[in-house]
Amino acid sequence: MRKWFALALLIVLGFFLAEIASSFPFGQEKWGVSKHYVDRGIEENRGANLVTSIVVNYRGFDTLGEVTVLFLAATALAFLLSTCRCRRKYRRWDASLILKTASETLYPLLILFGAYIFIHGHLTPGGGFQGGTVIASAVMLMLLSYFSFHPNHRALSTTEGLAGLAFVLIGFAGLVWGGSFLANNILPLGQWNRLFSAGVIPLIYVAVGFKVGAELSGLITDMLKATKEEE
Amino acid sequence: MAFFVSSILLILIGLYAVLVKRNIMKIVIGLSLMDTGVNLLIISLGFIRGRTAPIINTRDLLVNTSSKVVDPLPQALVLTAIVIGVAVTAVALSIVMLMYSKKKTLEIDEYKELKW
Repeated sequence: MRKWFALALLIVLGFFLAEIASSFPFGQEKWGVSKHYVDRGIEENRGANLVTSIVVNYRGFDTLGEVTVLFLAATALAFLLSTCRCRRKYRRWDASLILKTASETLYPLLILFGAYIFIHGHLTPGGGFQGGTVIASAVMLMLLSYFSFHPNHRALSTTEGLAGLAFVLIGFAGLVWGGSFLANNILPLGQWNRLFSAGVIPLIYVAVGFKVGAELSGLITDMLKATKEEE
Repeated sequence: MAFFVSSILLILIGLYAVLVKRNIMKIVIGLSLMDTGVNLLIISLGFIRGRTAPIINTRDLLVNTSSKVVDPLPQALVLTAIVIGVAVTAVALSIVMLMYSKKKTLEIDEYKELKW
């Protein structure tokens, strides 16, 4: 009964969604405000990656809100799991030699790769969020292969707080010296397609990379430690 | 067009899982499927046939850029949406862990306190 009701609802909803989507011509130009971003983005920001230009500069305030949402989610998760009695006793296990050796080799390389991704966020596809996620995946690999691996929680939350503070401070520096919050005219813009270019965009993305990396690592560690206890 | 159809199908499959499935893990999977469908829909709205990615790393892309690249704004929006989706999934999973620790079951019908 419930199934048929749901199916009828889905058919109605799908019809309306398809109707709306078919009113947009697929694969053709429909520029709105982004025509300005595309045509004048290089001139105004010097960032080769226009997506980064939009995320960090034109819509930088939105990104600050997004980082706050991520922080809120990590806090909510830590709170929820602290009230959870889901610990189970586990015998101390050891992963296989192959997994341990491989993850020990890959751990520094993955962190380096994550750092590379967020430092080059304004030149190549990538940026703070992607690089931070790669760093968190390195931590997850270590957590899966070593029973007693424990990232320093205090250091993680300090990094996270400082990185968030750096983002806000760069924004306020723009307000004081540049005329608006997160303005990109307080540092020299430099040459197009060089590492040291695009003003404050790489600085903000490095801060976001540190913040997301620390946050997601802490999140994974919280989730794993809430269930695991040594016998 | 296939992008529109498949992303709407993904949204509907996710909604079906949320509405019909009784296992909480499957409901969370449905939420995350809906998320993916919406992201795919937004990305395909910004696609323009025969254009390249909005990364200006060669000299001939510098002139007359808006006739050579796809729309970067939907991609920036989806970058935001993916991160929020990860946060939502993480919180949902921790709520599932909490519920499981109370009743030792994942069947949504067992949680009668949620009804009023």
